[in-house]
Amino acid sequence: MFFDPANYKHPSFREGMRDMYPVAPGIWAWGLMTGVAMVQSGLSVEVAAAMTVLVYAGSSQLAATPMIAAGAPFWVVLATAFCVNLRFVVFSIHLRPYLMHWPRWQRLCVGYMTADLSYVMFVKRFPHPAQDRAGQRAELAYLSGNTFLNWVGWQIASLVGVFTASQIPGSWGLGFAGVLALVGVICSLSDTPMRRIAAGVSGAAAVAAVALPLKLNIVVGIAAAVAICLLLERTGLNDKASKA
Amino acid sequence: MTDLWLIFTVLALAVATVVTRCFFFIFDRALPFPRWADRGLRYAPIAALSAVIIPEILVKHGALITNWQDARIYAAAVGAAFYFWRRGQGQAVLGTIVLGMAVYLPLRIGLGW
Repeated sequence: MFFDPANYKHPSFREGMRDMYPVAPGIWAWGLMTGVAMVQSGLSVEVAAAMTVLVYAGSSQLAATPMIAAGAPFWVVLATAFCVNLRFVVFSIHLRPYLMHWPRWQRLCVGYMTADLSYVMFVKRFPHPAQDRAGQRAELAYLSGNTFLNWVGWQIASLVGVFTASQIPGSWGLGFAGVLALVGVICSLSDTPMRRIAAGVSGAAAVAAVALPLKLNIVVGIAAAVAICLLLERTGLNDKASKA
Repeated sequence: MTDLWLIFTVLALAVATVVTRCFFFIFDRALPFPRWADRGLRYAPIAALSAVIIPEILVKHGALITNWQDARIYAAAVGAAFYFWRRGQGQAVLGTIVLGMAVYLPLRIGLGW
């Protein structure tokens, strides 16, 4: 967590923030348009602001707001948010060996703040969980710094969007800057043939399954990419073989 | 009453965020972890981003786009091309965003693509 001196005084905290700088404009634009969209789909400014500060998950906020505005039953709204967030459950398997040695409240705090980009940057920076205490502290400090910058930028931009929603036309499509930020991050991740295959398979499967409700096409994309890449590894077409 | 209900809903959505993001490290119980899962997870980051983003670029009104007059394709292509041109020279991702928007906004606002 960013408020623990053991984390924010650690050099890895700044390193985590530094990795987030280049994508920050994309996060601002995305946060801004999420704030605008919540108010424009019929939520009051107060509720939209509370959603921004407490829920802190853009895609589930955008899925839930029209349902809340339309008076959908509580459990339907909740189930929707859960399904839209299913990819985070996959991420949590991956993060588990990095976090299990910390007390539960610390895990929950930092886990709550770890959105897509922080997860991706973190496992790229630390491909294997550290075995010693110093390494584990560096990991937690990096993740705290990275998530802190993401959180601050998103919150400010999103609240600006909530309070200025009437002045910003959604038709400009400023939120596309967020998509472009992820395009850049995907490019930076696609440094091996297998990873490029994973990106292609996942994207194609997510488009093919786009008719599924509750953004379940995202989970279908991840599952398809992981399954196909594991099969390809078994046939010998893995990263080592293709590099040799 | 409605206000209370709304507050309750927002709080429940916040809990949903915590539960999904922390799902497999909420409890201390040991988790059996097969080797294939360990290897497969290496593909999860890029697969997740791709599954989120490709439909945002190629889908309109719930179906794959069928005409080329769409600002998103050109913006994403130019942004990605810039990344691979500037790779390793710093701020390549920032350039992807700025240059992509420089392509996207004129096409969208000017031509209505």
